[in-house]
Amino acid sequence: MVRVRTGVYHDSVSLMRVSRAATALPGVEVAVVAMATELNLGIAAELGFDLPKAGPADLLIALRGGGADTLEAALAELDGLLAGLSAMPAGGTAVEHPPHTVRAAARERAATLALVSVPGPYAFAEALDAVEAGLSVMIFSDNVPVEQEVLLKRRAAELGVLVMGPDCGTAVIGGAGLGFANVLRPGPVGLVAASGTGAQQVACLLDHAGVGISHLLGVGGRDLSADVGGLSTLRALEALDADPATELIVLISKPPAPEVARAVAETIAKLGTPVVTALLGPGQDDLTAATETALRALGAPVPAWPSWPAPGTAGEHAGSLRGIYSGGTLCVEARLITGSGEFTDFGDDAYTVGRAHPMIDPTLRLEALAEVPPGEVVLLDVVLGHGADPDPAATLAPAIAGAAARGVTVIVALVGSEGDPQGLNAQAEALNAAGAAVFTSNAQAAGHAAEVAAGIAR
Amino acid sequence: MTLTMLSGEPEVITVGADLLGEALDFQAVPRTRVDWRPPMPGTEADLARVLADPRRGRANETAVGRLVSARPQLVGVRPAHEVLDLPKGTFLHAGPPIEWERASGPMRGALIGAMLLEGLAADAADAEERLARGQARLDSCHHHRTVGPMAGVVTSSMWMFEVRDAEHGGTAYCSLNEGLGKVLRYGAYGPEVLRRLRWMAEVLGPALQATLERSGPLDLRALTAQALQMGDELHNRNRAATSLLVRELAPEVAEAAPGHAAEVLRFINGNDHFFLNAGMAACKVSADAARNVPGSTMVVAMARNGTDFGVQVSGLGDRWFTGPAGVPDGLYLGAYGPDDANPDIGDSTITETAGLGGFAMAAAPAIVRFVGGDVSDAMAATRSMYEITLAEHPAYQIPGLDFRGTPVGVDVTLVARTGLLPTVNTGIAGRVAGTGQVGAGLVSPPASAFTTALAALAEAVDHGNGSV
Repeated sequence: MVRVRTGVYHDSVSLMRVSRAATALPGVEVAVVAMATELNLGIAAELGFDLPKAGPADLLIALRGGGADTLEAALAELDGLLAGLSAMPAGGTAVEHPPHTVRAAARERAATLALVSVPGPYAFAEALDAVEAGLSVMIFSDNVPVEQEVLLKRRAAELGVLVMGPDCGTAVIGGAGLGFANVLRPGPVGLVAASGTGAQQVACLLDHAGVGISHLLGVGGRDLSADVGGLSTLRALEALDADPATELIVLISKPPAPEVARAVAETIAKLGTPVVTALLGPGQDDLTAATETALRALGAPVPAWPSWPAPGTAGEHAGSLRGIYSGGTLCVEARLITGSGEFTDFGDDAYTVGRAHPMIDPTLRLEALAEVPPGEVVLLDVVLGHGADPDPAATLAPAIAGAAARGVTVIVALVGSEGDPQGLNAQAEALNAAGAAVFTSNAQAAGHAAEVAAGIAR
Repeated sequence: MTLTMLSGEPEVITVGADLLGEALDFQAVPRTRVDWRPPMPGTEADLARVLADPRRGRANETAVGRLVSARPQLVGVRPAHEVLDLPKGTFLHAGPPIEWERASGPMRGALIGAMLLEGLAADAADAEERLARGQARLDSCHHHRTVGPMAGVVTSSMWMFEVRDAEHGGTAYCSLNEGLGKVLRYGAYGPEVLRRLRWMAEVLGPALQATLERSGPLDLRALTAQALQMGDELHNRNRAATSLLVRELAPEVAEAAPGHAAEVLRFINGNDHFFLNAGMAACKVSADAARNVPGSTMVVAMARNGTDFGVQVSGLGDRWFTGPAGVPDGLYLGAYGPDDANPDIGDSTITETAGLGGFAMAAAPAIVRFVGGDVSDAMAATRSMYEITLAEHPAYQIPGLDFRGTPVGVDVTLVARTGLLPTVNTGIAGRVAGTGQVGAGLVSPPASAFTTALAALAEAVDHGNGSV
């Protein structure tokens, strides 16, 4: 059964949830509920559906299973689910005539910033609306061309606002967590991050140490490249310097392009607020070490970072190492620390075209975990917080238990705070009970993995 | 260097994945959700190029600023041959340029009527044959600072409203309204049609000219603003505006043309749409003030010739971007039905171009049934037009929306982004020449007119100038 609904739009993450629910309906074997983009049409065609003409503005519903009556019933169920998507969720502002662009929204309502997460090719228009309306904007979307990023950031500089992103995974502004955001206590540390998960790691470790943050400003992974020239980083540093709540700034990035590094150093030299930099690269401090430097600068004690050692005896022998990551910076950091092994960042643009981020959709990582042969050591990250999988252990723990049963050693870097909705302890205990060693410091997790792989430790 | 978002309570506009918006709801952070959908198919690349044009913001500000600051005044009523470059045998018509071969029934009917009115043909058959042989020269009204309702045919002997923009100095023209029923603008050319047109040229035009000479310029901006507050949207309802016009002119008509005052006033008073043509000229002179701003993506003309729907854009000079004219969706008079309807026709979409008509539907609850709908539809129609326009008119306000200004200045990029097409109120002409009006309703312009304009804007950006 194939249906095309014109003039109906839902975002891919919402539709993924509906697809998953549809597949679970009685009598349904295969279900595709997606916008009829070229990619999704291709997927449906590969699944053997005979497709009518449809475009990216149409909603495609393709069902296969037992009997026409069963499918009709499933379709009715599906329509109920889709209607639920259109209804305003509890807590949101119910609007009779919702605006269709950020421009219209900004014209009609008060706002301090915009959060853009439409597919990459369309993000520019919405973000530009925000900037032109005098609003700072966080662009969660990836796959945004770099020339559009540069243009947005130049326009933002003219208009006195900040562009966070594109591909900015996390931000915390005045206590509001945007994107993938941990629940963090308020405090004196301001973060500027070209790396989402890197910032989450530092912020969560600070939180474990009892130190809160003022704001976390993401700038997007390309900001410190030669092309973009650190436009948002420089602006964010200056803004935090002017912010009375910020006593110390931590800058988190991969090593910048040399000319950008000079500009950043010059700006930092001019600030009245001290800056700790965590530049992930050979010979640089890892994120945990940088966090410890920040704590010492504040005169705060450095605690032992929480961890849950592996139960049982799995992983006593040496084996080759595999990193199955969702966070790009965490992946880079782990690779630098272990020095060897086969690492995959499933959050990379190459894996997220037409698919949700692995912090929301665990499918690809679960598949990768299931393929690890006995005797190997697996290192993976689990990132908690708003926006992320509401219960990652629910799918990961059984997969970890399966891997452990095959003789695979599993080590987890668990990035989260005690306040996160998933519950740090509950997640750690579930993953640990399934057989994984769990660390809240990715650096410590990686160090441990390297030792296990080398047969030094267990 | 400070950032305002860092002080004070965060309030967030969210667009895209609902999951991320819900995370804010969970934190009780106030937010406004954008009901986003992908832009019109195939426009992504053009949109990115046009939106990135550094001239765009200021250019649109300039263009829409001129459009809404225009102060149209009715300064005269004069024969077309005096004010337009219109030799006998040249006819102006509504919409983008069209030739006889592609002209629809009502357009052909009106042109036949024009031949007969000007004494260029012995009868209808002769007129048709001469037109088919190309003996008349046809040109678009819009190329001559002129607009015409429905077929919009203008001949040299017709008398025209002359409207001047006291702010920017432009001038625009529109013919005088013949009334409803069998009239030239709907393609009728029978003896009673021609008789009326001759009377309009011999009596009505000169009487109004003498009237305006006595009264001095009539402020159409003020009159339009008042009429909106009295339930007109100034395209399909002009009853209040016509009444106000009569109130202004009656004493002067009595003095200026005492011998004809009664018949002139009776004629004007008997036609609820008499004001439409003056209003169209007012909209035309306002929109013309916004032309030729390099980099501007604002629409300065929307017009139909019964076959094509065309738009012109400020940053693209006099080029037309066209698509097939649609058949309006509405109510029909008597036994007429959709099969009798001609595709959309007329320059009266200049009212929507200037933020009136369908854009001001919320001001005219009295006619919502006439165009097939209820009051909430009218409110929704106006509200949705704020999505695709650059400004709210400072003088033209809608009481039912708390005196919010009408949405004005259609932006091609916003049309492409939202997929929302301008809402147009219109009369429906019979498809057979000579039938006249068969109904009224709403019509959507073809999306292709806007997407091709967008493509041309993108090309103009690449060439580094607006090709004006």
